[in-house]
Amino acid sequence: MNPAWAQHLIMLPVLLPLMCGALLISLNESRHQLKFFVSLASALSMLAIAITLVWMTDSGQWPRGIGVYLAANWAAPFGIALMVDRLTAVMLLLAATIAIAALLYSMQRWSRIGVHFHSLFQFLLMGINGAFLTNDLFNLFVFFEVMLAASYGLLLHGYNATRLRAGIQYIAINLVASLLFLIGVALIYASAGTLNMADLAGRLPGITGDELVLLKVGVAVLAIAFLVKSAMWPLGFWLPATYAAASPPVATLLVMMTKVGAYVILRVWLLVFSAEAGAAAGFGFNVLLVGGMATIAFGSAGMLATEAPGRLAGYTAIVSSGILLAVIGYGQASLISAGLYYLLGSTLALAAFMLLIELIQRISSSRAEMLALTMEAFAIEETPEEPVGVGIPAAVAVLGLSFAGCALVIAGLPPLPGFVAKFGLFHAMLNPDAPNASVTPVTWALIALIVLSGLAAIISLLRFGVRTFWAAGDIKPPRLPATEIAPIGLLLLLCIALTVQAAPILAYLQRASDDLHLPAKYIERVLSQPAVPGVQQEKEAP
Amino acid sequence: MEVVIALAIGILFGAGIWLILRPRTFQVLIGLLLMSYAVNLFISVMGRLWVDRPPLVLGKGLPDPATVADPLPQALVLTAIVIGFATTALYLVVMIGARGLTGTDHVDGQEPEQ
Repeated sequence: MNPAWAQHLIMLPVLLPLMCGALLISLNESRHQLKFFVSLASALSMLAIAITLVWMTDSGQWPRGIGVYLAANWAAPFGIALMVDRLTAVMLLLAATIAIAALLYSMQRWSRIGVHFHSLFQFLLMGINGAFLTNDLFNLFVFFEVMLAASYGLLLHGYNATRLRAGIQYIAINLVASLLFLIGVALIYASAGTLNMADLAGRLPGITGDELVLLKVGVAVLAIAFLVKSAMWPLGFWLPATYAAASPPVATLLVMMTKVGAYVILRVWLLVFSAEAGAAAGFGFNVLLVGGMATIAFGSAGMLATEAPGRLAGYTAIVSSGILLAVIGYGQASLISAGLYYLLGSTLALAAFMLLIELIQRISSSRAEMLALTMEAFAIEETPEEPVGVGIPAAVAVLGLSFAGCALVIAGLPPLPGFVAKFGLFHAMLNPDAPNASVTPVTWALIALIVLSGLAAIISLLRFGVRTFWAAGDIKPPRLPATEIAPIGLLLLLCIALTVQAAPILAYLQRASDDLHLPAKYIERVLSQPAVPGVQQEKEAP
Repeated sequence: MEVVIALAIGILFGAGIWLILRPRTFQVLIGLLLMSYAVNLFISVMGRLWVDRPPLVLGKGLPDPATVADPLPQALVLTAIVIGFATTALYLVVMIGARGLTGTDHVDGQEPEQ
C-alpha cells in the first residue's frame, strides 16, 4: 500500500462530511430523496474509512500503530497534528455506525419536518470525527464548537415549544462550558507554552512550582468543559431534559456526543497525567472516580424516579457516562479495555433505545397527535406524505423483543455485551495490577454501585415494559416502516456480534489500551513525524 | 497595568456570571457576551503583557524571540472571537424564536407562578 496516499485517510473523516454538508445546503429541500442518499453515501464512506483505519492501525502499516497527519505540512508541535491510533479508529467506527442507524431512521419522517437536517447532520459528524482525531487542544476546541453548533441546530430540528425551551438551556450551558474550555486552554498555553497534546505531555515533567499550579488550574477548568459534555454529576442536569426533547435520530447522536466527552477525558488524562508525568502524575484521578460514582448514583436514582420514557433514556445515558468516568478515574491499566468494551456495547444499546422509544410511544399515542406536536410551530403547509414502506407484521412483538434486547444490554444481564463488559470490569477490579495490592473499600463501593445501577435499570425498564406491552389494555399495533425498525435491528445485531466476537474485540481493545498507557512512545511518534519535503525547501537548499 | 487588566477581566466576568443567572433570556445573552469579552481579553494577555513589541516581524533572517510579542495568543483570540460571535448570534435567533413561540422571554418558557 502506498503510505503517502494512505496518510490522507486520516483527514478524510473530517473533510468528507464538511464537503458533503456544504453540498447539501445548495440542494432544495424538496429533493429530500437525493439529499438522503448523498448523506447516506457520506456516512457509508465514513464507515469504510473507519474500517480501513482500524485495519491499518492494527496491522503495522504505521510505526507503532499510530498514523499522524500534519495539517498544512507543519511539523508538530508548530502546526496542528491529526492522529489516529487504535482507540481513535474504533471510536470513528462507532460514530459512523451510529450515524448510519440515525440516518436510516430519519429517512421516513424526521429529516423532512425541518430544513437542512442532512447538512447539520454532516457537520455534527465532522465535529465528532475531528474531536476524535485531533492532537491539539485548541483544534479540539474548534471541533467541539463545530459539533455543538450543529447540535444546537439539530436539537431545534422540528421545532416546538418543548425543544426551544430545552434548546435555550442546552445552548446557554454549552456556551458557558466553551468559555471555560477557552480559559483552560489559555492557562495551559501560559504555563506550558504549547497546546499540542503530545508536546504538553512531554514537557510536563519539566514544569514545576507556580507554573505547575497554573497548569493544574488550567487543566481542571478544561476538564469542567469536558465533564459538562459527558454529564458528570453535578454538571449533567441538562441532559435528561435535552434528550427527552430532541427528535429520536438527534438524541441518538447526542448519546454519541456524551461519549466524545468521555473519550477526550480518557485521551488527555492517560496521556498527560500518566505515571511518567513527574510531579503531576495522577492529578485529578480521584475527582473522576468520585464524580463518576456520584454520577452512577444520580443516574440510577433518576431512572427509578422518572416515568417519562425520554427522560428514562437520558438517565441511562448518565449512568453509562458515570461508569466510564469512574473506570477512567480508577486509574488501573487493566480496567481500561473492559471499560472501552462497555463503551461500545452501551453506546450501541442506548442508540437503539433512543430510536425504539419513539416507536413504542406510537402504541399509546396515535400518529396524528405526534405529527401535530412536532409541527406545531414549524408552519409546514404540506404534511409529509404517509410513509410508504412495508409494514412489519406482528409489530408489537418486534418492538417488545427489541426493547428486551436493549434492556438486557443496559442492565448488564447475560447474554448480551453489557454483561460481558461488567464481568470484565469486576474481574479487573478484583485482580489489581500491582502485586500484593489488596482490594480496597473503594473497589467494593464501586462494584456495589455498578451492580445497584444494573438493578435500578432492571426495575425501571421492567416497569416501563410491563406498562407498555402488557398492562396497556387495548393495544393498537402501530405501523412500522422497514426503514425505521431496520436501524434498531442493525444496532442490536451489532450488540450480539460484540458478544459473539468478544474475544478478538477485547484483544483489540487491550492493544488499544496498551498504546494509551505508553505515552512516551506516543509523544515520540507524534513529534518525530517528518514533514513532507516541499518544493520551497528544495529551492532554498542550494 | 497587570492590575488594571486583571480587574477589567474580573469585573466583566463577574457581571457576566450575575447576568446569566437572571431569569430573562436577554439578560442571559448579555451575560454570555460579557463573559466572552472577558475570556477574549484573558486569552490575549496569556502571552504575557508587553509594551512596544510587535507580534510579527517582516524582514530578513530570523527575528530574536525576545524582541517580539507572542503571536499565538493573538491568533487564538481571533478564532475565539469569531466562534463566540457566531454562537452568540445563533443563541439570539433561538431566543427570538422562543419569544415568538411561548410569548414570554423567561428562560423556562413560562412566567413563574406569582
